[in-house]
Amino acid sequence: MSLEQEADALQTPPRLFLPRRRQLLIGRRGLVASTLSTLLVLGGLVAVFYLAPGGASVRFFFFNPHHMWHSFIGDPRQGLSSVGRGLIVNIWIFLVCEVLVLFFGLIIAWTRMSQSPVLLPFRILSTTYTDVFRGIPILLVFFLVGDGLPALQLGFLSNQSPAVYGCMSLTITYSAYVAEVYRAGINSVPHGQTLAARSLGLTHYATMRRVILPQAVRTVIPPLLNDFISLQKDTALLSIFGAIEAVRAAGIYASTEFNFSGYVVAALLFLILTIPMTRYTDHLIARDRSLRLAAA
Amino acid sequence: METVLELNAVVKRFGDNEVLRGVSLSLHRHEVVCLIGASGSGKSTLLRCANLLETVDEGSISLFGQSLLSPHIDPDLVRRHIGMVFQSFNLFPHLSVLENILIGPLHALKRDGDEVREEALALLERIGLRDRADDFPDRLSGGQQQRVAIVRALAMRPSLLLLDEVTSALDPTLVGEVLDLLRDLARSGTTMLIATHEMNFARDVAHQVAYLDHGVLVEQGTPEQIFVSPRHEATRTFLDRVR
Ligand SMILES: Nc1ncnc2c1ncn2[C@@H]1O[C@H](COP(=O)(O)OP(=O)(O)OP(=O)(O)O)[C@@H](O)[C@H]1O
Ligand SMILES: [Mg+2]
Repeated sequence: MSLEQEADALQTPPRLFLPRRRQLLIGRRGLVASTLSTLLVLGGLVAVFYLAPGGASVRFFFFNPHHMWHSFIGDPRQGLSSVGRGLIVNIWIFLVCEVLVLFFGLIIAWTRMSQSPVLLPFRILSTTYTDVFRGIPILLVFFLVGDGLPALQLGFLSNQSPAVYGCMSLTITYSAYVAEVYRAGINSVPHGQTLAARSLGLTHYATMRRVILPQAVRTVIPPLLNDFISLQKDTALLSIFGAIEAVRAAGIYASTEFNFSGYVVAALLFLILTIPMTRYTDHLIARDRSLRLAAA
Repeated sequence: METVLELNAVVKRFGDNEVLRGVSLSLHRHEVVCLIGASGSGKSTLLRCANLLETVDEGSISLFGQSLLSPHIDPDLVRRHIGMVFQSFNLFPHLSVLENILIGPLHALKRDGDEVREEALALLERIGLRDRADDFPDRLSGGQQQRVAIVRALAMRPSLLLLDEVTSALDPTLVGEVLDLLRDLARSGTTMLIATHEMNFARDVAHQVAYLDHGVLVEQGTPEQIFVSPRHEATRTFLDRVR
């Protein structure tokens, strides 16, 4: 083709339309399509649930309305703890640990990032601490604390209830996670901010408090909420030591009544707790992203 | 004239990289010294050493005759007397324009709130941004941000200002307003050490121009001496290249 021909070819308007089949999914038709496909998939799942070979026994052992209700409210006369009441224990433990973790995590992150020569040993300690407790399975921490501390015969420390050992284990592990979240947040603030603050004669402490931390908070909140969602679920680990929380109550129900619907109840209750937090976290992440896009 | 800042044979290394190789420089009260030199010659490092944002490996630095490298010096106190302005403004994005200016006087100098507020507003008035006092920095143009950054440093009433290529990150149309402010400051007797690529500006306002080449202060003199009849080959080559 000569140059003139090529130029002519560019004169004919290019095709800009979607293929005809995809045009069908635009607008109101798209809504119909998405509704149909959703119904189809859900229907399929329900059909599998009802028609699969083991469906009936799954429904009887796991989704039995009578047992679900019975395990939810419990029955003291039969020695059955209530899964619902158990969940209150989970919530309490979560709240207590959350506060402790926020506090200790900050202390650990702060010492790890300190610059004073006097704090060098603490700096090494806190670095080791985060490495160790992010690295070992939380179940192991539970055994080390829950079985280990009583065996040490340290008086006060060795005479606590299972719930206290559980809280200690959760706090020990999650403080390490949260310390790293704080540290990442602090490091996400550009170095120029520190230079500018220090060049105004602000001390290290004032720089942190007035300039770095206020900016770090925004980046820190979503990952922090993520860790709290995990923390909320991991309160179930207290059942190992026999603390009567939701999962333990469901376990007692299962072994007494030979029905596992209590576990499903516990699962649903946990979902009711975590889903709002999960959704809220996603919302924050999305908002932060759009703010950043708008600023760029 | 009273000597404000004095650097004597300052050496600074980053690992094996010797960035400043025995730089000596002094700055008197009401004097403006412009530091010129190619990218990577060590201008920013020199300025950062002067207010102890970097440690110095050899040599000495003194402010009003007091050695800054003495172990008994409190760097925070030193920095309260030395203002610094950066190429990238570095305003605090979570604080309003006014709060940016107040943070130093309030939280470093612990001065009285109402009094500093008056002064800060007067400073903003001076740069024509008084009505933007409550805006956040990202609502301002680059030139406005940089002028606020300069005023933030001034609010500390420093004995000396360090300015590090303060117009390099600006859109060419905004350079003028910032340089005008600096001219204004020079006229009113502010002591300044200015790293810059703006040769015409340096020629205009500097009392002394110092040429830095790979960490060596090759030549220092009046703008006439440096720009019209430089003594060193290196200075001449550099000036030819930037013109
Ligand atoms: N924190 C640092 N760590 C290691 N090397 C550094 C550091 N800061 C600066 N340098 C090096 O020091 C040398 C001088 O850098 P400096 O920023 O002082 O130059 P400059 O004259 O300000 O250049 P420019 O005009 O590009 O700003 C460069 O080679 C740079 O790589
Ligand atoms: Mg520089």
